[in-house]
Amino acid sequence: MLTLTHYLILSFTLFSIGVAGVLLRRNIIIVLMSLELIFNSVNISLAAFSYFLRSLNGTVFVIFNITVAAAEVAIGLAILVTVYRARRTVNVDEIDELRG
Amino acid sequence: MIFNNAAIMQTLNVNLNAVAPVALMTVLAIVLMVIDFFLKRENKFSLGIVTLIGLVLILPVAATTVDPAPAFGGMVIADAYAAFFNVVFIIAAIFAVVISNDYLRKISSERGEYYYIIIFATIGMMVMASANDLVNLYVGLELMSLSFYILVAMRRSATGAEGALKYFILGAFSSGILLYGITFTYGFAGTTNLTEIARMGVNLSSANHYLLIAIIMLVAGFAFKIAAFPFHLWSPDAYEGAPTPVTALLSVGSKAAAFAFFLRFFGGAFHEFHAHWAGLLWILSAATMLVGATVAIQQKNIVRMLAYSSIAHAGIILIGVVVMNGFASAGVMFYMFVYAFMNMGAFTVVALMARNDGTGKSISDYKGLAGRRPVLAFVMALFLLSLAGIPPTGGFTAKFFILASAIEARYYWLAAIGVISTVISLFFYAKVIFYMYMKEPDALDDMAPVTQAPSTLAYNIIIFITAVSTMVLGLCPTPVMDMAIAAVSHL
Amino acid sequence: MVQYVWLIPLLPLIGAFINGVFGSRLSKTTVGVLASALMGVSFIIACSIFVHIISLPVHERSIEVSVYNWMTSGQFSVDINFLVDPLSTLMILVVTGVGFLIHVYSTGYMHHDKAFWRFFSYLNLFVFFMLMLVLGGNYLVMFLGWEGVGLCSYLLIGFWYEKKSASDAGKKAFVVNRVGDFGFILGLFLLFWTLSDSGIHSLNYGEVFAHAGSIDPATITIITLLLFVGACGKSAQFPLYVWLPDAMEGPTPVSALIHAATMVTAGVYMVARNNALYSLAPFTGEIVASVGIFTAFFAASIGLVQNDIKKVLAYSTVSQLGYMFAAVGVGAYTAGVFHLMTHAFFKGLLFLGSGSVIHAMSGEQDMRKMGGLHKHLKFTSTTFIIGAVAIAGIPPLAGFWSKDEILWEVFEKGHIYIWITGLVTAGMTAFYMFRQVFMTFTGECRADEHTKHHIHESPKSMTVPLIILAVLAVTGGVVGIPFFEEGTAAHHFLNSVFSHGAAVVNHQGAAAHDSEAIYGGLEFILMIVSVCVGALGIFLASLMYYEPMKKYAPSFWKAEVMASKFSGLYTLLYNKWYVDEIYDACIVNPIKRACAACLRFDLGVLDGMVNGAGWLTRFAAWLSHKFDIYVIDGLVNSMATGVSLDGRILRRLSSGQIQHYALVFVLGLIVIFGGFILGY
Repeated sequence: MLTLTHYLILSFTLFSIGVAGVLLRRNIIIVLMSLELIFNSVNISLAAFSYFLRSLNGTVFVIFNITVAAAEVAIGLAILVTVYRARRTVNVDEIDELRG
Repeated sequence: MIFNNAAIMQTLNVNLNAVAPVALMTVLAIVLMVIDFFLKRENKFSLGIVTLIGLVLILPVAATTVDPAPAFGGMVIADAYAAFFNVVFIIAAIFAVVISNDYLRKISSERGEYYYIIIFATIGMMVMASANDLVNLYVGLELMSLSFYILVAMRRSATGAEGALKYFILGAFSSGILLYGITFTYGFAGTTNLTEIARMGVNLSSANHYLLIAIIMLVAGFAFKIAAFPFHLWSPDAYEGAPTPVTALLSVGSKAAAFAFFLRFFGGAFHEFHAHWAGLLWILSAATMLVGATVAIQQKNIVRMLAYSSIAHAGIILIGVVVMNGFASAGVMFYMFVYAFMNMGAFTVVALMARNDGTGKSISDYKGLAGRRPVLAFVMALFLLSLAGIPPTGGFTAKFFILASAIEARYYWLAAIGVISTVISLFFYAKVIFYMYMKEPDALDDMAPVTQAPSTLAYNIIIFITAVSTMVLGLCPTPVMDMAIAAVSHL
Repeated sequence: MVQYVWLIPLLPLIGAFINGVFGSRLSKTTVGVLASALMGVSFIIACSIFVHIISLPVHERSIEVSVYNWMTSGQFSVDINFLVDPLSTLMILVVTGVGFLIHVYSTGYMHHDKAFWRFFSYLNLFVFFMLMLVLGGNYLVMFLGWEGVGLCSYLLIGFWYEKKSASDAGKKAFVVNRVGDFGFILGLFLLFWTLSDSGIHSLNYGEVFAHAGSIDPATITIITLLLFVGACGKSAQFPLYVWLPDAMEGPTPVSALIHAATMVTAGVYMVARNNALYSLAPFTGEIVASVGIFTAFFAASIGLVQNDIKKVLAYSTVSQLGYMFAAVGVGAYTAGVFHLMTHAFFKGLLFLGSGSVIHAMSGEQDMRKMGGLHKHLKFTSTTFIIGAVAIAGIPPLAGFWSKDEILWEVFEKGHIYIWITGLVTAGMTAFYMFRQVFMTFTGECRADEHTKHHIHESPKSMTVPLIILAVLAVTGGVVGIPFFEEGTAAHHFLNSVFSHGAAVVNHQGAAAHDSEAIYGGLEFILMIVSVCVGALGIFLASLMYYEPMKKYAPSFWKAEVMASKFSGLYTLLYNKWYVDEIYDACIVNPIKRACAACLRFDLGVLDGMVNGAGWLTRFAAWLSHKFDIYVIDGLVNSMATGVSLDGRILRRLSSGQIQHYALVFVLGLIVIFGGFILGY
């Protein structure tokens, strides 16, 4: 029998993988994918809460989340293109001109 | 499935009046999109004029839309508190639009979408200020953030793109953290409606683990938006990379929006758990004040200096959130109001000083400004002194209200750290004043681009309004403070 | 009449505004006349208020004039209000009176300056803030004035910013004053804190002083000490005096007005105003008096050997301020304020006189290149000598009465060491002042031919203020002449203000009153002693520096002989006890180095965090590695993979900026979580 805790653990695992990806991966595209992972981990826990609390709010929230995440990715990729045009690289660690 | 959520059972009270400002702003944005479609590139500046007229017309509507009853099934609440912040946002947007016109020409990036994205960002802030539901809040927050990601990237230079990328990745990351916090709030309260959460809170055992996770994640998410330590690192880079008018709006608008919701959420929904979150915010506030003030001293670029200054200010405003009583909240609102004027004023001068190639933002470019442009140097000194909190400017009264509320509520040490940070911060503000008044310019050709700034009328008007407001708010802060107190009393 | 007191600061503010905004388009005459005329009107109003105040019965002489409610926050309510009482009346008379004269003088002195209007705008603004400082009826208005005069002072010190030394001096004044203001702000803050703790939500002097008794002694000692740190900065007391001599880089009228007559006395005023607090803190009083008298001696010793005409006066100012602090420190508030007033007259006169000399010498300030100026500058030299006699403490000039009253009060209250130091300092004062007089005005002119050719007496606008100030320096002491039935006029006038303090201090003074007659005689004897010391100083100076007297001097009493005989001491004094160098070595350079480290603060923290995290992972890896080797042999290989993976992670962490930021974000979260878990 799957309980709320199982879902939350799944969600947390995905969340952690996402955070690790943001912290460790070099390629911006993969960083973006890791960010998506974070959002989806949140969606899982929201849906789980929604189901176990028998409240619809969470489910509605998930739908909003998916929409927002789509917009977020679109903008992220657009910025990525701008960065690539200016720097000819998609590696995060090579983008460190602004500092201090 | 049984739906026992009270918010859903409530009748969907569709009250269009409550969303009138937001709706009008949306209409304005759509109109701009349509006009943009028909405009030639060299005529894009007229879009700025339309934006300006629209914003000026919407301002009184936003100021007068006060309807404290929750609308749309409790999602939206258009109380005096929201109206106060809406006014701050729109004023900031107006200033940003006016100085944008010329700035965009300077960086030859006259693009139509710029204006309506500014409007969308403002809509996001307004939604946040009047949100009474976490769903609504999140959508507003993302609308604002997504718009800002685009705006920061508007200067398509390498630094602009880099700033935008940093802001985007970290911003999305912090959104994820914030969402995680929202999820757990939902998890322990069973609802996303703030009024309901507040009601649940009274009955809830305080050592709930979900609650703790929720508090930490929410605080981290918001601390990112207001650039509080240790979540502040993005802001200097994003500020430096962005076009200056955007930086100005970002430093005022997004911060004010985050504080608007901060107050409503921690003062309303989570008020029962004050003991849990106040300690955390106490530490964040103290660290933010000290880090912001000390690191700013070392900055050579004026935008980065103002970025760290704005971090220090966020720390001081956080004192008001920690204290969280009527006067402290009113103090936060007053502070944001003053901050909108003085910071916008300072950034207007920075935008005016910027040269076509994007240089002119180094503090040493301000050497000898008093000799070349005495009035400009004087108002810049005024803004900087106000930011530093020297009487009788608005910055002083704002700080005084916050610190006095902290003393009254017996947060003595926090107030003491606030005082220390204020004393330290005078060093870097005064440095610019010294450069302006007591240094010779490095080279004579520095003078040329500054003296031939076009559209001086627009700049002059903005500088005049911000300078006078900064002084007036310092000399008689009572009317605005009374409004803030009245607005808070219904919270 | 008193209701219109707000006009007094308002008029200079209007002047500052008009000159600041439109000054560049106005003629020099308009600018100068406007600024001076507004000051003159202010002075007339101040006079009429003074007349009004003395016409009132003594106990009604404290009038609070509220202009409007500045701000209300919770129970705190702050008004912009003015307190008109004998103390503030005296201060506004001095500020507007001397201020007016110096404005007039400046129209002549600054006439060739291209930024004429800017100068008058700053000067008017300064007067505005100074008047706010002394008139303010609560601590916040005083704080406004306090910060404002500081700002104007920095701007005016650096007025000729083309000279690097001038802008450096401005910076130095700013930094040193920040140290003082830091104490001042903390002191005010602690005062609010303490008061609000006991339920008093007003910052008005009246209410604060009325409740001062309820504050516990330790707290009040800390508060008064912190406030005194602020006073040390503003009034140039040891160890924060170093900015004042450098401040002489500013135009001479500024030195006269701000750095001699008014602003630097703000600290003395502040202590006198807070006499109700200071009388409750005897320990602070002793500190104040000791610092004051030490500064007096210390600065006078430096003044003995300086060669720059303005530097001598600057050290003399520091020294005289020390006297004032010694007075207020022992509870002789009237004497301190009285000396403040006479000092404003004679030191303003001396500075303006030196300005006139510098003007005549085409900007030369080195006294070794002057001499014999008396025949060219009759007015200047006569008035300057009057000022010098006044400060040297020769009766019946103003300085004698006030300085003597300080010495007498100090003696009477039993501070014998302070009295002796004060007496010695008085002798040194007379010596260095007359050394200056003889070097400048007598003997042969040592200037080069070109300069000599240009020597001329200054215009009327400069000499008339000199004459007026000279008259004041002669007669200003009248109000402080003792031997009257009721005590001195100054005492009589100021007593109501210091009654708070007096109530506490007087129970030891009561005993003194019984033996009035004996003390009256003793006071007279001490007076003669101090006159003799002053005269001795002048005599010694004349033997060393005055040509006709030099032949009577013993062979060792020559400047060069003494300098070589006591070369160690001479070098020490000439280099101002090396205080600047000590500060550089002990404070400035370490701070600079610390700041350089701070430059990379964020990145430093980042690197630290990254390295720390790396070290932890490596340590964990090492631990588990050992664990593997010795316990679970079979897992060694996979652990090795782990370590190399770990290395890749570390490289990644220390190279990617965005990821650094994100890492700090996550580490911050983890720390917060850790804190919460530990907390429950």
